[in-house]
Amino acid sequence: MSEPRTLAGKVWDQHAVPSPLQEEARIAALGGERGAAQGERPDLLYIDLHLVHEVTSAQAFEGLRMAGRSVRRPDLTLATVDHNVPTIGRDQPNPDPVSATQIATLQQNAKEFGVPLFDIFDIRQGIVHIIGPEQGYTQPGMTIVCGDSHTSTHGAFGSLAFGIGTSEVEHVLATQTLRQVRPKMMSVEVTGELGPGVTAKDVILAIIHEIGVHGGIGHIIEYRGPVIQALSMEGRMTVCNMSIEAGARAGLIAPDETTFAYMEDRPQVPAGERWERALDRWSRLATDDGAAFDTEVTVDGSQIVPYVTWGTNPSQSVRVTDRVPDPQGMPTETEREATRRALEYMDLAAGTPIREIRIDRVFLGSCTNGRIEDLRSAARVVSGKHVAEGVRAMVVPGSGLVKQQAEREGLDAVFTRAGFEWRDAGCSMCLGMNPDILLPGERSASTSNRNFEGRQGPGGRTHLVSPEMAAAAAVAGHFVDVREVMSWSR
Amino acid sequence: MEPVRTVRGKAIPLDRPNVDTDQIIPAKHLKRIERSGYGPFAFEAWRAQPDFVLNNPVYDGARILISRQNFGSGSSREHAVWAIQGLGIDALIATSFADIFKGNCFQGGVLTIELADEDIDYLMARAEELPESELVIDLESQSVSTADGSWSRRFEIDPFRKYRLLRGLDDIGMTLAYERDVTAFEEERDDEAYPRTHT
Repeated sequence: MSEPRTLAGKVWDQHAVPSPLQEEARIAALGGERGAAQGERPDLLYIDLHLVHEVTSAQAFEGLRMAGRSVRRPDLTLATVDHNVPTIGRDQPNPDPVSATQIATLQQNAKEFGVPLFDIFDIRQGIVHIIGPEQGYTQPGMTIVCGDSHTSTHGAFGSLAFGIGTSEVEHVLATQTLRQVRPKMMSVEVTGELGPGVTAKDVILAIIHEIGVHGGIGHIIEYRGPVIQALSMEGRMTVCNMSIEAGARAGLIAPDETTFAYMEDRPQVPAGERWERALDRWSRLATDDGAAFDTEVTVDGSQIVPYVTWGTNPSQSVRVTDRVPDPQGMPTETEREATRRALEYMDLAAGTPIREIRIDRVFLGSCTNGRIEDLRSAARVVSGKHVAEGVRAMVVPGSGLVKQQAEREGLDAVFTRAGFEWRDAGCSMCLGMNPDILLPGERSASTSNRNFEGRQGPGGRTHLVSPEMAAAAAVAGHFVDVREVMSWSR
Repeated sequence: MEPVRTVRGKAIPLDRPNVDTDQIIPAKHLKRIERSGYGPFAFEAWRAQPDFVLNNPVYDGARILISRQNFGSGSSREHAVWAIQGLGIDALIATSFADIFKGNCFQGGVLTIELADEDIDYLMARAEELPESELVIDLESQSVSTADGSWSRRFEIDPFRKYRLLRGLDDIGMTLAYERDVTAFEEERDDEAYPRTHT
């Protein structure tokens, strides 16, 4: 019997490239001596899928060009435009010439290096972490990288997926590999059962609150337990998406019947006998009984309620029924000071009930919560109601296909009748880069992933919530406990 | 890449935990397609506040920045490293670094040195009280010391990264030496196990 292994450990082992040929050559070149770093090299990890977008790739392609290198496997590489595209008026010339150049540069690089591109008018265009699963490119047991920290989203399928910087993007383009130190393994088990109105977003906010924004550094998190198993694929993607917000290198979930049901018949998923063989392969990926984790955390799912962030990092959150915390209650001086600074930036007084915080803007979208199920959930909350006076609310579907599906279901009409703007697919107001930004001092209820200072625009104030909570806040004009405004049939 | 051996210089005390890459370089400055020119926008929002430490001219010319836990958290943008280099900073000392940021620093030849809380406390206080005092970081001996030699600590670094930094080797070139092994791996693996993007 071999040693019991974790899901992530298995995927890692299957992708660590053995290097007997090079080692032999190296030792021969050194006159038979073992080199200085011999035996100490991190693994060379083979990458199955490399996702590319306009913001972190231009310098990488330029690096290839300067060195006279090509893309080793354009057939394992897929590009799209998402971070820096406008979400309205796409038939007009881009008003920002610098952005226009960045987008044109990706178009040119894709053509020059033979990389497939879902361009701006392709119905399949969208947020890079939405389109991979949507097309079926994301499959269990794969290694997936992208020059974007939310690449961990793909871990929902039991793939090992993580964000990389631009130099590493260039490295993967040139070699289809990355030299990587094997991370530690963390188990996060969510026990019990979620109550009505409590979502995957609340689960991950509760986890980040529990382990902190640095708790996952150097780790891959495997999310386990009955609450995780009961989540839909959309919900699992929301959870894995925010692994980086706990500092983790990646987050993943063992593939199961829910995974396979979501995948079946998607364009890039194998069919027929190949599907059967794939199921057999994928079913063997789950963590073996008795496999060891370096760190283990348990969260009681039945205690999770809707969460709202009050501060300037994603661990600074409380239950919607609670109040803004008092810095004096924090355990260390560093934390007291960080809390004071966060409250000052957020213009919040300690002790304020969360439900009394008024908002100016609502953003429904992003790689965290821009999938069809998120739009359906939010639409149920706003159906027949209207956005509160003084609130500007927008829905930005995660892809062209999510938008098309939502329109087939009439969700666009539900949202527009309720006073929401209905836009084209992209990262939009998640990151304060494209034209969709908060103005200084504006406060948002946002379904995105980061509430850092200025994240949604300089001086903007972000509260992270679930799609249902964002929708309910849009209608009320302030945060409300969505469980009180909705009757949930189970 | 140029070899990295020692960094000697003044140190800026940035006494905040969880400094994220949106603070280091806001997204609105990521539209450009070059690798340089980000220094003027580094810590843009915080530099708008007159009492922010980077605005204190006593730290002009500093080559080292000291901070707290989880420095560089958030986005994978390597522009954050390019912005820090644009400030003239060649080494960072903190309790811990975010993983992707740390990898990006390595790629750019910026040293990331992790020390215990009490050591950070000491260096932070020293940089505040004696802003002109210099630190010396020596990669070969894995040490960070005060220039007067009164205080010194050893730091850990992955041996492979150290090997590459000391020699200034091209990361991609090093991996391309393994090309025959990568090709053998591609030929041996199950062709069905992953999808192709060319359709």
